[in-house]
Amino acid sequence: MSDIAIEVSDLSKRFRVYREKPTSLKQRILSGRTRAEDFWALRDVSLEVATGGTMGLIGNNGSGKSTLLKVIAGILRPTKGLVRERGRIAGLIELGAGFHPELTGRENVYLNASFLGLSRAETDAVYDDVVGFAELEDFMDTAVKFYSSGMLVRLGFACAVHVDPEIILIDEVLAVGDEGFQARCLDKVRSFQREGRSIVIVSHALDQVRQLCDQAVMLDHGRVHAIGAPDDVVREMRLTILHHDLEFAREEGSKEVEIVAVDLLRGGLPVQGAIPSGETLTIQVDVRAPEPVEDPVVSFGLHDATNAFVFGDDTAHHGLELGTIHGTRRVRFALGPIPVTGGTYWVTLGVHSRDSARVYHVQDQRYSFQVQQADGRRDQLSFPVTVEMESL
Amino acid sequence: MTNVTERTSEPPRLHVRQRARELYRAREILWNLVRKELKVKYTASVLGAVWSLLNPVVFLAVFAFVTRIFKGGITDYPAFLLAGLLAWNLFSVSLSNGAQSVIANANLVKKVYFPREILPLGTVGVCLVDFVLQSTVLIVFFVVSGYGFQLNVVWLYPFAFVALLLMTVAFTMFVAALNVRYRDVQHLIGLAVLVWFWMTPIVYSAGAVYQFMIDSRFHINGWRLYLVNPVSWVVMGFQRALYHSSDAAKVLAPYSAPQLAGGLSVVIAIAAVAVYLSWRLYFSMSGDFAEEL
Repeated sequence: MSDIAIEVSDLSKRFRVYREKPTSLKQRILSGRTRAEDFWALRDVSLEVATGGTMGLIGNNGSGKSTLLKVIAGILRPTKGLVRERGRIAGLIELGAGFHPELTGRENVYLNASFLGLSRAETDAVYDDVVGFAELEDFMDTAVKFYSSGMLVRLGFACAVHVDPEIILIDEVLAVGDEGFQARCLDKVRSFQREGRSIVIVSHALDQVRQLCDQAVMLDHGRVHAIGAPDDVVREMRLTILHHDLEFAREEGSKEVEIVAVDLLRGGLPVQGAIPSGETLTIQVDVRAPEPVEDPVVSFGLHDATNAFVFGDDTAHHGLELGTIHGTRRVRFALGPIPVTGGTYWVTLGVHSRDSARVYHVQDQRYSFQVQQADGRRDQLSFPVTVEMESL
Repeated sequence: MTNVTERTSEPPRLHVRQRARELYRAREILWNLVRKELKVKYTASVLGAVWSLLNPVVFLAVFAFVTRIFKGGITDYPAFLLAGLLAWNLFSVSLSNGAQSVIANANLVKKVYFPREILPLGTVGVCLVDFVLQSTVLIVFFVVSGYGFQLNVVWLYPFAFVALLLMTVAFTMFVAALNVRYRDVQHLIGLAVLVWFWMTPIVYSAGAVYQFMIDSRFHINGWRLYLVNPVSWVVMGFQRALYHSSDAAKVLAPYSAPQLAGGLSVVIAIAAVAVYLSWRLYFSMSGDFAEEL
């Protein structure tokens, strides 16, 4: 028996994109085939998922993650290359996939379980567990067209994890549902891992990929951009976002107070290169309020390259009252000496009301700086240490 | 036990036995889809399954009226009409619904993996349920009215039924596959079914067609041409098996039950080949359904 559960080699997938899809014979004859344009959703993708391994697929929208999952699930056929799998696959490709809106929850469990390869008797055996896991005991005789999206995804996930799959494919669905259910999904995923089942997860939640996966792949325009340890791949993803796709960085808020400029300064000049640990750094934020706004608070947060929160602070904490602002104000946070070492740090900036009820503007991890690591060291932090010796 | 699945760019070749095993393993999906279709079809309607019985009754009323006017009088017309009509309904409704079967289930095809043959087979299954319902009523009607069955001809029924089923599956799969790429098919089916219906001796008697052809300048060749339509054989088979009124010799085609059994055996053989061919076509096209929808 081999220890590779999914083997993808040189996989390419081409879609024909019709400007105006000719689907009748007449149109096809009249327009010929020339209107079709090729779009390569996947290009020469190779990867292996070990039996019992968990693979995370990340990438921007349109990078080919879902296409890859669909080819692995057998829904789409490769244009080139090969996919080889060992074992029963359960796919959770999309919210509510395989459900029929007119049927009740109960009927849909049986329908869905049959898609996943279960007989009626086998479904009878797991039915109560499925319903219990989804916490939908009171809704099983209701048509699923009346379900909320959270209920749908709970039922879908519950079906998929109770059919004893050897390989499970999960696309984004973990992002839906309340926190309690999400926690139970993650528990279930972890117990699958302990039982040696193989998992492929598509996710935008980078820290989830870091926590759950033992391997990650970043796709970019259909090609494998990075493959390897999740921490490295997630870091690469963040760098790519920074360089190519600033828009991807999350931004929200009412913009009653807007962040108009952010500068990272050392000695009054923009930061150049990596900062040695122990040095100082100033985060300078210019905010503008077109209309008067009372008592806003400016805050910042730092995340490391693995998306772990490192440190945060705000003006209110230091007793700085901005008062009613109208027009542009400049706020400076002077940090120092920097206690962290080695790595990239991401700066989140925000302006909100004092009670945090109103968010005026947040720029999520849009700016970054690097801290130097002293040669030959692997510390994460540098403590101020004094050392002394005395004779006894 | 681990089974290895390989997916490549090659359009899959149909290995009948292997694929039939896969379909057998997926039979639960078929039952569930048939149940789903029946439920969706009838839940929101007040009369429910009564609708499927209403169709032949209305047909009967209309054609009994029309034939009375045109003096095409056939003794025990209801028995004659229903014998052929139920078979025709199975065939024609399968065909027109089957053409839509893949498109109507686009949400499944795009998001779930399962053997795609299930979809047209499910359509045939739903029509089969209607057929069984209607036939039950027919049998009850035959028994209660005292018309009854004649054992020396009713044995032909299974021949006709097998031929009907194979032909229905072959044609339904064929149109289901083609309609994904060429939506013309569904419009074409509407017309084809109309023409086909009148080219088949369902509401009028095959015996009358025979007499007409013999008397005309086409003579026997006209009749032979008429028999090229395989559905005629099926319908004639059902009629011979069920209809046994005094003027049966005049109304039915001039073939004895054993002769029709022979003819139907040929139809069965041809239909089996047709099933294989259209299955192969469907199978090789089904890999692209998810992106063509």
